Amino acid sequence: MIQGLAFYVFSLVAIAAAVMVISARNPVHSVLFLILVFFSAAALFVLMGAEFLAMILVVVYVGAVAVLFLFVVMMLDINFAELREGFLRYLPVGLLIGIVLLVELVVVVASWKASPDAAKALAAPTPSIQAVPNTHALGKVLYTDYAYLFQASGIILLIAMIGAIVLTLRERAGVKRQVIARQNARRRDQAVAVRKVQTGSSA
Amino acid sequence: MLTIGLAHYLTVAAVLFTVGIFGIFLNRKNVIVILMSVELMLLAVNVNLVAFSTHLNDLVGQVFAMFVLTVAAAEAAIGLAILVVYFRNRGTIAVEDINLMKG
Repeated sequence: MIQGLAFYVFSLVAIAAAVMVISARNPVHSVLFLILVFFSAAALFVLMGAEFLAMILVVVYVGAVAVLFLFVVMMLDINFAELREGFLRYLPVGLLIGIVLLVELVVVVASWKASPDAAKALAAPTPSIQAVPNTHALGKVLYTDYAYLFQASGIILLIAMIGAIVLTLRERAGVKRQVIARQNARRRDQAVAVRKVQTGSSA
Repeated sequence: MLTIGLAHYLTVAAVLFTVGIFGIFLNRKNVIVILMSVELMLLAVNVNLVAFSTHLNDLVGQVFAMFVLTVAAAEAAIGLAILVVYFRNRGTIAVEDINLMKG
């Protein structure tokens, strides 16, 4: 009962916020509504019994991705009104494709049935939640059967980090930087010059 | 009505995915909102994976959802980095102007 109500509340909030993400005038509002979508989806994950993934969603998406979006939106000096031109022109075709896609997806969902053998073909059966909490169970699967894929996803993140740094790093002309090697390579004859100054002749 | 099954979650995910596609069509010029729409679609996929994981009692769905999440985070970081570099070079982020490679 309470679970059903919670499902409807969170899914309606998620969908309404998703609509606001794509239709908000100000991209900062879009990002904030995106955060709301992620929070509602995390609540749905909790309802489905995937607590660890729900917390990961909040930490990764709200804590990292959404803040990244917010930074970029606020950093770039863009005339967003200009970017919204053609909003109404694209509305009919977008609406058409959206409705067609939604009908297709609903038809698939409505006519779909799990094979009766599906219950026997489990790769990693979920243990009872009383015996093993979700996080422990997930860890036991992730660090054993999927250890290589786990490492691979770590490498993907590393490459993404290096890529983002390489892309956004820039050398500005006219900025004085400390170069330690050049400082250490300096010798006395390059740095100090001894001049003979005649006494009494200065103007 | 108030017993929630697999079909309910799949419907929510389908609606979220459709909203994401719709967002790409609606904001044809604004790359930032397009990236956000892609994030919405990936979230819908994650909801699907977790719903099936719960329904079939199989943890692998959640493991895979975590991998999708990782790739989505990497994609957002790289996409926004490209966006920043593009804005630095051209002073705009309108999608129509992205034709340097004559694609």
